[in-house]
Amino acid sequence: MNEEQAINGRLQMQKEEDYEAAELAPPAARPSAPTHESMGEEATGKASRDRKLYSGSAARRRSRNIRSRLAYSLCALSTVIATVPLLLILFYVIYQGAGALNLSFLTDLPKPVGESGGGMGNAIVGSLILIGIAAVIGVPFGVLAGTQLAEYRSPRLSWVVRLLSDILSGVPSIIVGIFVYTLLVLTFKQFSAIAGGVALGILMLPTVARTTEEMMRMVPDSLREASLALGIPRWRTITSVVIKTAAGGIMTGVMLATARIAGETAPLLFTALNSRTWPTGLDKPIASLPVQIYTYAISPFDAWHKQAWAGSLVLVLIVLFLSIGSKLYFGRRMKRAT
Amino acid sequence: MAGYITTNNLGASFGGVQAIENITVEIPANKVTAIIGPSGCGKSTFLRCLNRMHELVPGTKISGEVIWDGRNIYASEMDATEVRRGIGMVFQKPNPFPLMSIEDNVSAGLRLAAGRMSKARIAEIIEHSLKLAALWDEVKNKLGRPGGSLSGGQQQRLCIARALAVQPDVILMDEPCSALDPASTQKIEDTIDKLKKDYTIVIVTHNMQQAARVSDFTGFMLAREMSDPGRMIEYGPTNKIFTMPDRKETENYITGRFG
Ligand SMILES: Nc1ncnc2c1ncn2[C@@H]1O[C@H](COP(=O)(O)OP(=O)(O)O)[C@@H](O)[C@H]1O
Ligand SMILES: [Mg+2]
Repeated sequence: MNEEQAINGRLQMQKEEDYEAAELAPPAARPSAPTHESMGEEATGKASRDRKLYSGSAARRRSRNIRSRLAYSLCALSTVIATVPLLLILFYVIYQGAGALNLSFLTDLPKPVGESGGGMGNAIVGSLILIGIAAVIGVPFGVLAGTQLAEYRSPRLSWVVRLLSDILSGVPSIIVGIFVYTLLVLTFKQFSAIAGGVALGILMLPTVARTTEEMMRMVPDSLREASLALGIPRWRTITSVVIKTAAGGIMTGVMLATARIAGETAPLLFTALNSRTWPTGLDKPIASLPVQIYTYAISPFDAWHKQAWAGSLVLVLIVLFLSIGSKLYFGRRMKRAT
Repeated sequence: MAGYITTNNLGASFGGVQAIENITVEIPANKVTAIIGPSGCGKSTFLRCLNRMHELVPGTKISGEVIWDGRNIYASEMDATEVRRGIGMVFQKPNPFPLMSIEDNVSAGLRLAAGRMSKARIAEIIEHSLKLAALWDEVKNKLGRPGGSLSGGQQQRLCIARALAVQPDVILMDEPCSALDPASTQKIEDTIDKLKKDYTIVIVTHNMQQAARVSDFTGFMLAREMSDPGRMIEYGPTNKIFTMPDRKETENYITGRFG
């Protein structure tokens, strides 16, 4: 197909779409339709069609069918457009990373330049530790803030909490890293896993708080009333009825927030730093997947590039596991709750 | 006697708009009292005043008194949770806890509000309450299933069992049958009949036949104009209200000439 044909083809498609959008069948499909389009004929055609549309229910049904099919196709198309880059990234990471991925990559320490083999075992463990610390900080405070927003509808405090959470979610992660650097690293003169975990935990806060708020708002007031009417105190109603009912959704939010911070690199550069050894303590620098990937990727060595790809693959798999797993497990629970 | 409620000049307003006003009635213990009246006249508002359920809604003001066993439930030393434990409520739309099992729904009040209780005692109360609510036979083999899996009528009886389990003196019911089919309605009316020897029941209903069937006393409420607060127009033995009411408005409403 040459270029002209291609363009014509696209124009033809465009035209057909226009017809559909105007709820008209293309001329060929309409026996009484004018073959040459002039404004006048088009107008009368439309008028007679309109009359048919509003007099006959069959015609109306047909137009509704076309419209709903068009809407459906547009949605399907957008889904494809949105999914393609994701799949491309995924396949490319698998294509590049699978070669270097093996058991020793998952379990071994990195080797110095020039030696072959070695892995990112310490970075994987380090990432899990950092995520753990982040969750210990981010989840309780996030859930508390979300609960405050959803349950205690005191306008002034909610305004402050919401503003803080909005600002925080807009702050670039590197700024959070510098903040924690100033707060912890400079104070204790020590890069540490704790500092890295705190930075990631702060980054989790707004997502967890917002999801918690939204999920708790989805719990109908009738359940709160049911609980209060039994003589169950307010705080008990919140913890045992509202949070329990919303737990599935809140957990999904926590998982998604975790998935998001799992790949954060910038805030770790100033806080957890990096390490070539297994983690030795929470008050010591610690390796993490994103930082290790970053270090290897900008190095001039081919073998390290391969390892960076393998590390990326592991990271992507962790993130996918977290988000898909949480959706599957908790999505079902949530549906039952509402 | 436990479960005797008197209201004194009771009023309620939402955000400055008076919804009910000037309600003074004596609700006798161990009887069924029905509240009837056209929709929007403040029946639910009145009922919810009787166990401090309005406190959830910001901007609500209650005036007057509700005396329950000699104590004003709105007095500063009264604890709202204690009031609600003694004066339970069943709502218009069945609202079981959807994720809790049937038995956990019934025992929720015991587990979350009362002090520690032995498992055996809780199981006993669960069975007793479900039997009182005429639901035991239908659910005894699936007590572990979620409360949301029952039919609408069963859910409402589950809510009644749940309210009974905390052993209140008074049970308030806000149009408990309005969302139910006739068979379920019948079962709930039978339950109400059984319950009244041990409980004081106040039931709001828009169904006058139901009021006539189940109640000993009836109060007729009315808001004269759309913007007027609702008042208790007439209150007395059901027989009298339905056969020879004192007030013209009551007679009009009962004979269906308005509303
Ligand atoms: N939570 C509330 N906020 C504002 N107005 C309310 C609220 N509850 C009830 N009202 C008002 O109080 C009046 C009485 O309502 P309600 O007690 O529900 O009537 P009924 O139960 O008799 O149909 C209505 O005008 C209603 O708009
Ligand atoms: Mg009502």
